[in-house]
Amino acid sequence: MNTSILKQGPYLIAILQAGQSDSDLLQLQETLLEQVGRFRSRGVILDVTLLDVMDSFATRTLRGIAQAVSLRGAETVIVGIRPEIAFAMVQLGLDTRLSGVLTALDLEEALAILNRRCREGMCRD
Amino acid sequence: MTDVVQITVRSDADIILVRQQARMLAKELGFSSSDLTLIATALSELARNIVEYARQGEIVLSQIRQGSRRGITIIARDRGPGIADIERAMLDGYSTGKGLGLGLPGAKRLMDEFEITSSLGQGTTVKATKWAR
Ligand SMILES: Nc1ncnc2c1ncn2[C@@H]1O[C@H](COP(=O)(O)OP(=O)(O)OP(=O)(O)O)[C@@H](O)[C@H]1O
Ligand SMILES: [Mg+2]
Repeated sequence: MNTSILKQGPYLIAILQAGQSDSDLLQLQETLLEQVGRFRSRGVILDVTLLDVMDSFATRTLRGIAQAVSLRGAETVIVGIRPEIAFAMVQLGLDTRLSGVLTALDLEEALAILNRRCREGMCRD
Repeated sequence: MTDVVQITVRSDADIILVRQQARMLAKELGFSSSDLTLIATALSELARNIVEYARQGEIVLSQIRQGSRRGITIIARDRGPGIADIERAMLDGYSTGKGLGLGLPGAKRLMDEFEITSSLGQGTTVKATKWAR
């Protein structure tokens, strides 16, 4: 199952799917990093609204994507961590593992965060 | 009515399958949607440990009905290498691989009851139960 990646102006939006397997996530990482370079994207939004679970592996992989995207000169925002998923992540001890990665409630807020950072000159031209 | 489901896990696709099965069984018992997520998350960690460290094993999901009490028990069992030091394996942040070392201690926090037995060269069994509130 390939994750769909949408190009929205200077940003890339990846919508993760419910039945996403580990290899799909690793594939997503590779594709995103390549596209950030190809489109000179300033930001990446990872939408996790549809995920049924955010376990240790998924958290570690998303953090890895955010760090690698940052090394490619772009910013990552994770959106759509639902209340029960947030609660499960706290109990697992995963909440602190995402510190350093920007999170937002929804796409609109994520776009606003990225736009603001770019206005403040924190993005590539 | 389904009481017990037994599933072999050997790939990441199987991990997704067992999560879906557990959600269905737990939903029938009246678990809240946030409890369904806690159960699915714990199960995901246990199933992933099987695939990662033992390559394959099985998950047995059982519905429990004791009087008015309802619960779900997860048994995750494999005949893999076993765990040398269970006490350490249950510590936050302890991993022999490149994981975060949160799977076992996290699964314990997510469930109400949690038992782990393991012997080197024989395999590992985790039994965990969550009660509906
Ligand atoms: N089924 C198993 N068979 C053999 N060893 C296991 C098994 N499950 C866990 N272990 C051992 O216990 C350690 C701790 O497991 P735990 O799930 O807590 O962390 P992890 O798998 O290393 O990282 P994470 O789950 O956070 O990705 C593992 O690193 C591994 O050495
Ligand atoms: Mg683990």
